Amino acid sequence: MTQTGSTAAAPPSAEGGAAPPARRAAARDPRKTWRSRRYRWDAKFSPYAFISPFFLFFVAFGLFPLLYTAWASLHRVELTAPTDMEWAGLHNYSRLLEDDFFWNSLWVTFVLAVISTVPQLLMALGLAHLLNYKMRASAFFRVAMLAPYATSVAAATLVFAMLYGRDYGIINWVLGQFGVGEIDWQAGDWTSRIAVASIVIWRWTGYNTLIYLAAMQAVPQDLYESASLDGASRWQQFLHVTIPSLRPTILFTVVVSTIGSVQLFGEPLLFDETKGATGGADHQFQTLGLYMYEQGWRNLHLGRAAAIAWVMFLILVVIGVINALIARRLRKS
Amino acid sequence: MRSYRTTRRAVGLLAAAALGTGLLSACASDDDDGGSKADSGDGGGGKTTITMGLFGTFGFKEAGLYDEYEKLNPDITIKETVIERNENYYPQLLNHLTSDSGLADVQAIEVANIAEIVDTQADKFMDLSEVKGVSEEDYLPWKWQMGSTSDGKLVGLDSDIGPMAVCYRKDHFEAAGLPTERDEVSKLWEGDWQKYLDVGRDFQKKAPDGVAWADAAGGVYNAAVSSNETRYYDEDGEVIYNESPGVQESWEIASTAAEEKLTGNLQQFTKGWDQAMSNGDFATVSCPPWMLGYIADKGGEKAMGKWDVAQAPVPGNWGGSFFGVPEAAENKEEAAEFVAWLFAPEQQAKLFAERGSFPSTPSAYEMDSVKSATNEYFGDAPIGEIFATAAEGTPVQIIGPKDQVIAENIANGLRLVEQGKEDADGAWDSTADAVDNALDR
Repeated sequence: MTQTGSTAAAPPSAEGGAAPPARRAAARDPRKTWRSRRYRWDAKFSPYAFISPFFLFFVAFGLFPLLYTAWASLHRVELTAPTDMEWAGLHNYSRLLEDDFFWNSLWVTFVLAVISTVPQLLMALGLAHLLNYKMRASAFFRVAMLAPYATSVAAATLVFAMLYGRDYGIINWVLGQFGVGEIDWQAGDWTSRIAVASIVIWRWTGYNTLIYLAAMQAVPQDLYESASLDGASRWQQFLHVTIPSLRPTILFTVVVSTIGSVQLFGEPLLFDETKGATGGADHQFQTLGLYMYEQGWRNLHLGRAAAIAWVMFLILVVIGVINALIARRLRKS
Repeated sequence: MRSYRTTRRAVGLLAAAALGTGLLSACASDDDDGGSKADSGDGGGGKTTITMGLFGTFGFKEAGLYDEYEKLNPDITIKETVIERNENYYPQLLNHLTSDSGLADVQAIEVANIAEIVDTQADKFMDLSEVKGVSEEDYLPWKWQMGSTSDGKLVGLDSDIGPMAVCYRKDHFEAAGLPTERDEVSKLWEGDWQKYLDVGRDFQKKAPDGVAWADAAGGVYNAAVSSNETRYYDEDGEVIYNESPGVQESWEIASTAAEEKLTGNLQQFTKGWDQAMSNGDFATVSCPPWMLGYIADKGGEKAMGKWDVAQAPVPGNWGGSFFGVPEAAENKEEAAEFVAWLFAPEQQAKLFAERGSFPSTPSAYEMDSVKSATNEYFGDAPIGEIFATAAEGTPVQIIGPKDQVIAENIANGLRLVEQGKEDADGAWDSTADAVDNALDR
């Protein structure tokens, strides 16, 4: 460690040694000083100018709303008069602890995250493995994989809601052919969650497949060759070569999917026939995002909605930290 | 070399200038659209565009009322933007009101929200009682009061009322051995919602397969509770939904209907409800006049002549809207004049004849176009007479700012009973929890 550090530091010191004569020369000519100073400023500050648009937009549309939401969450604010803020301290947060509807939505969010992310990523992994073989029309299959991702949430959800219709839905009709009785998909606790999860799975599997596929193509071919020389079957190669090489990618997709699940909103909102924010009569598929929306835009309590938004943000921060810890461990091993 | 460089620079400058002016002119033309005082070009006086912000289907345009006004006032054009569901329209309206931007010249307000608007947003609206052509005597006193503040400022002018009757399928009634003639049907359950339930039990014993007595428990509840003067608030503005007898009895009736499977386990204004209507899956639905058009649309040819309209056990009021002109509106003077014209008795009568919105102006009830109105789709039922009778029997409801939120949660609770997830008592407890959470009690 010290060895490499010292060698790395060597070149700059050599350059530094050359600098003094130049500085002396500049001091002699004021015009040259001015010019060189401008060059130095240019080199120093123009990168900041180039990246500033992003940060200005981030401050305006990311940081400011974030902080203002935090400020609002400490007040009683109603949508009927958003400028009348009455200080409430941490009340909006402490009441969440005993708010059954909040815990319910947290649970639903967790359940939906598990039953949508796990099958989705497993399927994506398998599909990517299949697409990785040499085959005809592979470009076609890859584009087809991405098609669901390119449809809008609203369009996909509305179609799925029709498919899952109780009285005249196709899915019930098909199940009916096999003698399964009519299922009220929306009403049941688990049927509704499975239905919502299926929309998420349908939309995102292809996207994750392509990410896995890209990572698989970066796995060096010689690893497979030597594995097959050692007599490993295809399945063993998949388990012992592909999966370990994909570990960082898998972690990435898990994190991205988890973040997506915590923010799940459009699907459960539109899956409900009335497009209401309760997530079913029993709140059986009301996610955190929906509960926040209900508090803010149906019940008009902006302060409470802001507190829920911040709790969601903190959950994501925790997920981010766990991700960083796992990633560090992966790198070490 | 040098000249080449200058040309390049000149071209660059020109391009930048062209782009700049392009952007500026784009902004300018945007302003014209937004400012809506678009010039007609030949200097023959500016045309004013009045914008209407609406929800649902009011049908002013379809009834030809915009055209008529434009003909009377050649320098005015009227445009409308419509959001389908009020629960999506209302938060947006509040947002626009509190930020004084994005408002239409005329904004519709649903009766379930009028109390909250009058309570909290009155200073954002013009006083319409001062407008030329608006006179208090023309309107039903209780409806006028709902739209005004305690010191007499008229925030929203009322457009219509929704006295309820019961629409029923004659073919299903006949199959179940019930009378089909509308006066006899009215007598079956006259005076008590409990009787409506009893008739439903009889019906269900002999009903054709797959046909429910009523469409939805929420619909039955809504009709029953609307026939009470006191619902969710008392006269002092206190929330009393959990002890109000009107709410208790209506919940009792609706949840019993749900438990005994007299309802079709549907939700009103959803795809499932529409499909059930076109397939004739339920025999009765409580219908205010503005719903007749909807039933006819969804029922189509298939159900033509099969429906009829009878009096409700006890009539209630469902819906009816108000129209306000925001202070921040672009053309508020013109808009106020238009609103005064649009909801004058003659135009309300016309709207009823064309679209079925029932007038809130008693003098219209005497007009021929209302009095002798019949509806072909509903077996030539004399709807003018039926709904005028219902309107007379409708109590003056005490309304409160959170009526809509409370009603939505109760309807949700009834779904729990319909879906068999909870019994009536358990569902009521869940409902009370949800309402108290929503109201922050």
